[in-house]
Amino acid sequence: MAKIIAGVATSHIPAVGAALDLGKSTEPYWAPVFSGYDRAKEWFKEVKPDAIILIYNDHASAFSLEMIPTFAIGCAPSFAPADEGWGPRPVPTVQGYPELGWHIAQSTILDEFDMTIINKMDVDHGLTVPLSLMFGQPSEWPCKVVPLAVNVVQYPPPTGNRCYQLGKAIRKAVESFESDERIVIMGTGGMSHQLQGPRAGFINKEFDKAFLDGLTADPDGLAKIPHITYVEQAGSEGIELVMWLIMRGALNTSVKEVHRHYHVPASNTAVGHIILENL
Amino acid sequence: MTDYYDSFKKIPGTVIFDATQSRIGYHLNMFAMSLMKEENRLAFKNNEDAYLNTFPMTIDQHAAVRARDYNKMIELGGNIYFLAKIGATDGHSFQKLASLMTGMPEESYRQMMIAGGRSPSMPIGPVEK
Repeated sequence: MAKIIAGVATSHIPAVGAALDLGKSTEPYWAPVFSGYDRAKEWFKEVKPDAIILIYNDHASAFSLEMIPTFAIGCAPSFAPADEGWGPRPVPTVQGYPELGWHIAQSTILDEFDMTIINKMDVDHGLTVPLSLMFGQPSEWPCKVVPLAVNVVQYPPPTGNRCYQLGKAIRKAVESFESDERIVIMGTGGMSHQLQGPRAGFINKEFDKAFLDGLTADPDGLAKIPHITYVEQAGSEGIELVMWLIMRGALNTSVKEVHRHYHVPASNTAVGHIILENL
Repeated sequence: MTDYYDSFKKIPGTVIFDATQSRIGYHLNMFAMSLMKEENRLAFKNNEDAYLNTFPMTIDQHAAVRARDYNKMIELGGNIYFLAKIGATDGHSFQKLASLMTGMPEESYRQMMIAGGRSPSMPIGPVEK
């Protein structure tokens, strides 16, 4: 059976993708952001997963207000980079894994998570920036990706606990998938940031550090954090951190923290990144 | 549901994109969404009023777009991820939009972020150096 060997979390800031695409990653402003991902690039070369389940949110790219699925899983053979208003990012088309995507969809639905199935979708910076941070600028992404989109734009988004429980259901699904493949699950978005209104620019380093600590040592505690606490203490867009709990829910209770990176700022946002291996 | 949303109203300088905002902002957001296509960006730039008139939004929403008043657009149901497409069409970065919403010059906003951002103890809105 397949298994989840590790979880990786990272912010998915669009300006980070633009900095890389425009060749600015070694400039003084951006170098400390990117250098924190050197370890991840080495780690992925050592670990060589067969596939990544990538938890992210769409930012009004594939989903407008016409349809707003709470949890939606990508089952298509491939996903093209979206045009978010500047033209698509110059990155490879993402190769999907329909067999695994469909398997997870069926297994989680029977486990009472009412997943939306997507057979056609463009993917925005929420999905492609994390891939760029892990793999740089290759001509092809090195492994297959199952995208899992979470609504964190229209209120109410799913609760942290619901996300955490979904992670557990995804783990169960992967462990009943007939293959010997090794899977990495990624949670993306965050950390503290607010992009709207007079409070824009909000950052809370103490909250972020506590969240990173809790992700390793006390995920049950993190799963109890209500939406209001995220918005109050991590900024309105800090709510994206509920997606990290899906990743964490898919791991063992005990994990080894392999790497952590935290930097302020990247554009309007606190950059956070962690690698957790199953013990 | 009332209890759930009431708690968010105490957070200053923040609008939660709830069901009400989503309903009143539907056409404003769908206009912004249309700017994901190059042909629509060109049509909008060519004649903003004519393009905006193809969407059944309110006069106030129309005026807020023309004024690029992002705080007003948010008050009238706009969501920042949709509105960002207007900024992108204008060639503005997200950081530029954020500085506009805080009432700060872009460079001052950028310096605030480099210094660690708006910490929880800092005031909402423009920040003096």
